[in-house]
Amino acid sequence: MADVKKVATRQSYGEALKELGAAHPDVVVLDADLANATKTEIFKKAFPDRHFDCGIAESDMMCVAAGLSTTGYVPFASSFAMFAAGRAFEQVRNSIGYPHLNVKIGATHGGISVGEDGASHQCCEDFALMRSIPGMVVMSPADDAEAKAMVKASYEHQGPVYMRFSRYGAPVIHDADRFTFEIGKGEVLREGSDVALIANGLLVAEALEAAELLAQQGISARVIDMATIKPLDEGLVLKAAKECGRLVTCEEHSIIGGLGEAVCAVIAKHGLPCPVERIGVNDEFGHSGPAGALLEQFGLCAGHIAEAAHG
Amino acid sequence: MTKEEEITLRKTACKIRIGVLTATHGAKAGHPGGSLSAADVFTYLYFRELNIDPSRPKKVGRDRFVLSKGHTAPGLYAALAERGFFPVDDLPTLRHIDSYLQGHPNMDTVPGVDMSTGSLGQGVSCACGMALGLKKQGSAARVYTLLGDGELQEGQVWEALMFAAHYKLDNLCVIIDHNGLQIDGPNEKVMGLGSIPDKLRAFGLDVFQISGHDFQAMEGAFDAARQAKGMPSAIVLETTKGKGVSYMEGQVGWHGKAPNDEEYARGMAELSAQLAELEAV
Repeated sequence: MADVKKVATRQSYGEALKELGAAHPDVVVLDADLANATKTEIFKKAFPDRHFDCGIAESDMMCVAAGLSTTGYVPFASSFAMFAAGRAFEQVRNSIGYPHLNVKIGATHGGISVGEDGASHQCCEDFALMRSIPGMVVMSPADDAEAKAMVKASYEHQGPVYMRFSRYGAPVIHDADRFTFEIGKGEVLREGSDVALIANGLLVAEALEAAELLAQQGISARVIDMATIKPLDEGLVLKAAKECGRLVTCEEHSIIGGLGEAVCAVIAKHGLPCPVERIGVNDEFGHSGPAGALLEQFGLCAGHIAEAAHG
Repeated sequence: MTKEEEITLRKTACKIRIGVLTATHGAKAGHPGGSLSAADVFTYLYFRELNIDPSRPKKVGRDRFVLSKGHTAPGLYAALAERGFFPVDDLPTLRHIDSYLQGHPNMDTVPGVDMSTGSLGQGVSCACGMALGLKKQGSAARVYTLLGDGELQEGQVWEALMFAAHYKLDNLCVIIDHNGLQIDGPNEKVMGLGSIPDKLRAFGLDVFQISGHDFQAMEGAFDAARQAKGMPSAIVLETTKGKGVSYMEGQVGWHGKAPNDEEYARGMAELSAQLAELEAV
């Protein structure tokens, strides 16, 4: 997919915030000394009086966002996934989740594709952490159009939302002009009947490429973009399981606690005889390296997905 | 403050202390020590300082109070009940299953509670967010938050204070209940705090240090705190843990233990006698 246009979804986040800020005066953005990296600087340039740097203090930032939301603002609290979901987990849980406050968390630099910064910054646990908080919406977009639509949908949603964006460029899949997004709804990107590849984030593009590889081998693979991990589109999962009989989940996250386990839980609950292969980071830490090479090394690319689809 | 007004506040504080004993005895758990050390400031806030309306707990333009030391919910609930936010008769249901009086403050279930708290260090940050929001809206409302002294050991408190000073939150008043005791013992043995006023000043707050059991002093400090311009204020209250119940005063063991039937009766007798004495003035 070398010739395809790529946009890092953190860039989409920053641009969407700017658009949202222009439409809604109650939108405010918080950052923890990473505005240049999270791209909230795009919003900051347009609306300097509605952007608040909290310094390197993510725990404080989450609670400040909680307090701001009680005065009627809609805060987007932004940092790297490692710190937003990891360091500030308990603040998100107790001060945002428990009172179900209207705070949106924009977490960039999710997953192993953070690259050269290495394991300390490669958060592969955020879906698991955030899914465990009652009432929290957890999402990860596949590309630019979906990221922008997701940010706008998060504003319309009343309650806490966690969104994970990437540092690494994501191939543009959706046509921004025709694309519509709904929280909690997966999207079938390619029909197929032998196996269903259920993916989110950067791995949606990989799953599409895997489906091409499989087609060449005579295997018909359905590709589902499951941007919302919680609440999960159970109907779409069940339909895929019944019609395809085999699922492969694909995420740039630990195989523990993310999309894969959420899908497995649905299959188990309904007692379906449907094997599920989970593509993800296999309970290990990452390390430094170029993003593309890391995705390859950790088994998160199209070839790995196609192989898993074979069973 | 007239002498008469002071006596009225002291009587109210006595009733709030009775509420603390009633609630923790009813719960057979909870935190009476820090509720009693803060009973006077709860009284001052809810009966003198805060612009609030018990008939409209979410009134726009109201002052906000965040109990950052959320474990002293019995004191806050007793004050809210006494002020008319909900029936005093409900206090013994504290911590009971299905009661709206949760073990730690819950803004979704308890009328008058502005923020859910309990995990130390977070309430003060939430108060900063409220103060920032209100300031941006040009509201005249003020935000008050009460912290325990042991709570100052949480690093997040200092993140929040930096934030408050940086954004010049002069509508924020940070109150410290300095009773000197925390669960494992005296602050200075558990994790020394040094000079609290000096630390607060170094973080850019306008600091007042007074007795937390003296309403005249509170009037002076809260009035002065309201004059702070371009910086947040802090009021350090020197208090006695368990204040008002003789066997609890200065006793670390009463941080998080409920009185049994006999202790409850003794405490109630003492507080009733204090109230009768004030009624006679």
